[in-house]
Amino acid sequence: MYRLITKKVLSSVHKLFEVDAPLVARKAKPGQFVILRVDDQGERIPLTIADADPERGTITIIFQEVGLTTQYLGAKESGEYLADFVGPLGKPMELPSPGGRVIAVGGGVGIAPVYPKVKALHNAGLNVISIIGARTREFLILEDEMRAVSAELHICTDDGSYGQHGFVSDILQQFLDDGKPIEEIIAVGPLPMMRVVANQTRPYGVKTLVSLNPIMVDGTGMCGACRVTVGGKTRFTCVDGPVFDAHQVDFDELRARAGMYLDKEKMALENCRCGGAH
Amino acid sequence: MEKEMKIKHPMREQEPRERKKNFNEVPFGYDEETAVAEAERCLQCKKEPCRQGCPVEVDIPAFIGLIKERKFSESIFKLKEKNNLPAICGRVCPQETQCEALCLRAKKGEPVGVGRLERFIADWELAHGVEIPPLPAPSGKRVAVVGSGPAGLTCAGDLARMGHDVTIFEAFHIPGGVLVYGIPEFRLPKEIVAREVDYIKRLGVKLEVNVVVGKTLTVDELFDEGFQAIFIGTGAGLPQFLGVPGENLLGVYSANEFLTRTNLMKAYLFPLYDTPIKVGKNVAVVGAGNVAMDSARTALRLGAENVYIVYRRSEKEMPARLEEIHHAEEEGIQFNLLTNPVRLFGGDNGWVKGMECLKMRLGDPDESGRRSPIPIEGSEFVFEVDTVVIAVGQTPNPLVPQTTSGLKTGRKGTIEADENGQTSRRGVWAGGDIVTGAATVINAMGAGKTAAKSIDQYLNSLA
Ligand SMILES: Cc1cc2nc3c(=O)[nH]c(=O)nc-3n(C[C@H](O)[C@H](O)[C@H](O)COP(=O)(O)OP(=O)(O)OC[C@H]3O[C@@H](n4cnc5c(N)ncnc54)[C@H](O)[C@@H]3O)c2cc1C
Ligand SMILES: Cc1cc2nc3c(=O)[nH]c(=O)nc-3n(C[C@H](O)[C@H](O)[C@H](O)COP(=O)(O)OP(=O)(O)OC[C@H]3O[C@@H](n4cnc5c(N)ncnc54)[C@H](O)[C@@H]3O)c2cc1C
Ligand code: SF4
Ligand code: SF4
Ligand code: FES
Repeated sequence: MYRLITKKVLSSVHKLFEVDAPLVARKAKPGQFVILRVDDQGERIPLTIADADPERGTITIIFQEVGLTTQYLGAKESGEYLADFVGPLGKPMELPSPGGRVIAVGGGVGIAPVYPKVKALHNAGLNVISIIGARTREFLILEDEMRAVSAELHICTDDGSYGQHGFVSDILQQFLDDGKPIEEIIAVGPLPMMRVVANQTRPYGVKTLVSLNPIMVDGTGMCGACRVTVGGKTRFTCVDGPVFDAHQVDFDELRARAGMYLDKEKMALENCRCGGAH
Repeated sequence: MEKEMKIKHPMREQEPRERKKNFNEVPFGYDEETAVAEAERCLQCKKEPCRQGCPVEVDIPAFIGLIKERKFSESIFKLKEKNNLPAICGRVCPQETQCEALCLRAKKGEPVGVGRLERFIADWELAHGVEIPPLPAPSGKRVAVVGSGPAGLTCAGDLARMGHDVTIFEAFHIPGGVLVYGIPEFRLPKEIVAREVDYIKRLGVKLEVNVVVGKTLTVDELFDEGFQAIFIGTGAGLPQFLGVPGENLLGVYSANEFLTRTNLMKAYLFPLYDTPIKVGKNVAVVGAGNVAMDSARTALRLGAENVYIVYRRSEKEMPARLEEIHHAEEEGIQFNLLTNPVRLFGGDNGWVKGMECLKMRLGDPDESGRRSPIPIEGSEFVFEVDTVVIAVGQTPNPLVPQTTSGLKTGRKGTIEADENGQTSRRGVWAGGDIVTGAATVINAMGAGKTAAKSIDQYLNSLA
């Protein structure tokens, strides 16, 4: 059992937990994730390690409530327990060579996985230009945390309720056009956003990385549920990723596979155990 | 009477029509009377040929003789001298190629039902309460076991019985390896596995789940933490695909994913359990081993109307246990033999819609002695499927070898170990599927046992 130490409500659908998991905290590196199960009937879901504190033995996770499991998780309070919490899984992010211009793009809940990467770059002495965006002001998470580790922070919302009116890709375009070289772009967010960014930077030949979020089961390479086509080859996101070269990813296939259980997920929500005596 | 003695006493089973709609165990097992009657068929051969067929050399005539005398607790004690997990082996050993293959009775009629008797006596013990054998004084030596499949459980149990302080580290949230995530409930109830694991724990073995060695902890760190010897039993968990176009379409599963969702995550109880699984009307399972039979029979129980086994060789080469093939046939699984898939194709929604196959014929035997399949030109045909399960084998997971220095691996990613299970690195043993590639439960147990003996000698040689 893994104790939830602190809980923060970041928006009506975004929550943060610090989880007591000393073994994971000791090893966690930026770019890696955990798989957790809320209770004994629960499914295994992957969440990015947003922060790790090896001294206190804690891992921070930040998530958006999109379906059954994330809602159960969101309903937990500090002091309660998770059944299972395993990690750190996946490959750590590689640091780009110092000196060049690095741009980090985070859309929606994708800001959570972008944050530890920017923080790591910042700690390594790199200056990062960060662009974060959300549908509306309420859903913009981690603004202060991102500001603290970024050389520049640009904000936008789809509805113009905060920051620039528009999409993260609009802001990114300004940097692609300003003539100065870009060493690397890291983009994490909903699939459509990552696909837009990939298509947008491809003609410029700028190295662009995305962190993929396919459906997973074990997270150790034994089931193949997380397979994606990258550069024409089948790769397992949980062991070969989750970070891949955006220009090589087959986003159409990824999108189709993400929808595999939509009807079942709806059914699960309708039968939800969260309301009843559980 | 003489005639009756020629065949094994049958085990009562659920009717195929009923059982293909539920996940309950198919055979009910012997009652006491039938077990004693079956034990009476044993000739108590002096030369014990059956014993040579058993990879862990269970004293077969002795434990069967004790059943005949109704000395059930003595019988189980005898059995457990060699086999820590008899309730499991009795159910899943390929007896027809092992102990029963060499039984004298098999020369005229059917062999003694060694597996059925083993199952009977193990279930008898579970029903009457498992006795913990006396344990020696603690040796003060610490051993880490990586993986809780049959190899790891056996090695841990034996070492505990030698007085050592053993901790098992398991990546999944439930121990048991393939016994819990692969082999379905209707063939090996998870309750049985849980009880066998409980027995190992009562011997004093500690169990840490949710630890992926190579990620959460490394082998080197285990040594740093004071473990003096390490046994690696991480199995062959990496799924192989066919490498044909269309394999990433929706509705195409590896057998590992299909069975893990169903067994470990209990998707067959969805939405009571949260993990979903999707099975269409027409399911093709590629392969003909135990894994394929389990997938096919699982698909049927999840509501498929037509389930096909697609296999490129003929009936004779099918590697599955005989009993599983019979059960599959009885339940209405359809066998498309000498058939090899070359392409999967999908509809507009990205779901798999059909499978294109080639007919095959058998050529000359290859180095494995099996006749190799050769495509018949121009024999392409297409059939409709909406779910495909690929069950063509697994390879070892590279996580541990990749993160452990000084560990020699073979061509297929297996860890190299000598006949005692000792690897190229001092203090590290390995056994089971991680060494042999995908094999059997009893072989994995045998490897765990051998390694335990060798580890014990090593520990005793340490100051
Ligand atoms: C490596 C990795 C890191 C991730 N990190 C984070 C994170 O830091 N914060 C966060 O909020 N989410 C993260 N995700 C996504 C998160 O795992 C899913 O949101 C979660 O599994 C949904 O479960 P559910 O039962 O609540 O929703 P479901 O009812 O299962 O699904 C609701 C919706 O989410 C989609 N979905 C289902 N499962 C997944 C999945 N495993 N991944 C992505 N989408 C899925 C479905 O297609 C559906 O549209 C990550 C995913 C991966 C693979
Ligand atoms: C569907 C199916 C049906 C089968 N049917 C039969 C049958 O009827 N009869 C028969 O004799 N054999 C059968 N087999 C084969 C048999 O199950 C295996 O040969 C046997 O389980 C191998 O045992 P093992 O202990 O080596 O590995 P496994 O049972 O694979 O156990 C390995 C364990 O190690 C864990 N692990 C892996 N990597 C790590 C890591 N890095 N850190 C921590 N833990 C890790 C895994 O999670 C797993 O629990 C079947 C196999 C399958 C898949
Ligand atoms: S362990 Fe397996 S092979 Fe050995 S006697 Fe029992 S059933 Fe036969
Ligand atoms: S060979 Fe058959 S008959 Fe002879 S002792 Fe073994 S089980 Fe009994
Ligand atoms: S999640 Fe199972 S292989 Fe990646």
